[in-house]
Amino acid sequence: MEGQYSEKVMDHFKNPRNVGDMPDADGTGHVGNPTCGDIMELYLKVRDNVIVDAKFKTFGCGAAIATSSMVTELVKGKSVDEALKISNRAVAEALGGLPPIKMHCSLLAEQALKSAITDYYKKHPKK
Amino acid sequence: MEKVYLDHNATTPLDPFVLEAMLPYYKDIFGNASSIHEPGRLARKGIDEARVKVASLLGAKDPDEIIFTGSGTESDNYAIKGAAAALKSRGNHIITSSIEHQAVLNTCKFLENSGWRVTYLPVDKFGVVDMEELKKSITAQTILISIMYANNEVGTIQPIDQIAKIAKEKGVLFHTDAVQAAGKTPVDVSKLGVDMLSLSAHKIYGPKGVGALYLRKGLKITPLLHGGHHEKNRRAGTENVAGIAGFGKAAELAAKNMREEVTNIKALRDRLEKGILEKIKYTYLNGHPENRLCNTANISFEFLEGESIILNLDMEGISVSTGSACTSGSLEPSHVLTAMGIDTVRTQGSIRFSLGKWNSEEDIDYVIRILPPIIEKLRKMSPLYKET
Repeated sequence: MEGQYSEKVMDHFKNPRNVGDMPDADGTGHVGNPTCGDIMELYLKVRDNVIVDAKFKTFGCGAAIATSSMVTELVKGKSVDEALKISNRAVAEALGGLPPIKMHCSLLAEQALKSAITDYYKKHPKK
Repeated sequence: MEKVYLDHNATTPLDPFVLEAMLPYYKDIFGNASSIHEPGRLARKGIDEARVKVASLLGAKDPDEIIFTGSGTESDNYAIKGAAAALKSRGNHIITSSIEHQAVLNTCKFLENSGWRVTYLPVDKFGVVDMEELKKSITAQTILISIMYANNEVGTIQPIDQIAKIAKEKGVLFHTDAVQAAGKTPVDVSKLGVDMLSLSAHKIYGPKGVGALYLRKGLKITPLLHGGHHEKNRRAGTENVAGIAGFGKAAELAAKNMREEVTNIKALRDRLEKGILEKIKYTYLNGHPENRLCNTANISFEFLEGESIILNLDMEGISVSTGSACTSGSLEPSHVLTAMGIDTVRTQGSIRFSLGKWNSEEDIDYVIRILPPIIEKLRKMSPLYKET
């Protein structure tokens, strides 16, 4: 099975970055449900419109965990508007690709990110 | 690194005695079993001997009741499509269960597309088919009942003798997929009174690419393959002589050693099951507590998805599998656990441990040692898990 995943995916699966809760998050994303096999929670910390920290918790397969880990890495240091432009393809590419049947995991990561940013804007309306 | 293989319901390693029995047919005995010259006769003899051994494992009275095929899947296809084609003037209804292997389920779905009616019987929380439901679903149009002997995912064994009796009373043919049961529990076609039964060599330490269909004497079904006169006109195609010889040896070994092996494997399985359920919280056994294959333990690790557990165990040299979502190439959760009414989260987090004759106590203790920290690490990552 390992052979189906790229080295990058396995690396992020074995050593996921930024796992955990963030009680004082500025934006929280929650997507998925147990029936489809994936649930992703994404937390963002924002300072001066820049994402300074990100954390996640994921219920899902190897690809779901790896895409969650990767998306938290990708957003750190980006402005909120830049982060909003990160697509599921970008997450998959950063991981060296995903098996076709697992592409929906990257979509979930994109949705989690969008959901967290939407939540951030709700709490911190643009002036 | 330690290597512990606990996926014997997927496939078993080849027994060295089986390999030894096959090798002559890859070297000197190369003849076509249909040829009348000596090389052909030697190949024929190899097939005939294997047929006797497979018949003997099943308690079949006549070796000619055994037809060699290319796989368990082919045997299932043959039994169901063959019976349907042969009996289409008598009715258009087939009864099966909702927890069959895809080889049966998808064959039935295929027939549904060409006008057949199929009833998929429900099962209880242990995965047992309800006999009253079975009786109720039989109509004048029913020509075949196909219900598996033992389930590949959870190991639950069906009351095959009762089903055979009901089928006989109603004059309906009965086929059972015994691919997982053979070699793990005594299977006796004469005592049970089944009409057709599917087998596969690679689940009993034989080679891949060989299966068999037991077809009760006198029963005629329509062949899947048309061509030469092989297998008494019942399965055309030059025989896989080496594979069949290997199947024969595997059947012989299974018949001889089953009693002892079953005792050992069951003790190890129980040790594994007890170890996991005691050491790890929020774990649940799926399948029948007693009427279950001696080697199978399907356990749900709540709050987790199965694949993440499998990958972590794989990194430690432990091979297991799951019927659930992602890993099997489908995104649907296990149809077996779903039919048993297991809730979705527990279905997603189910792992199948299936033991074999060469597993040791050390193997089991290694798994029991390795597993708890993996589960803990993954649960820390799960949004469904709140530490208490």
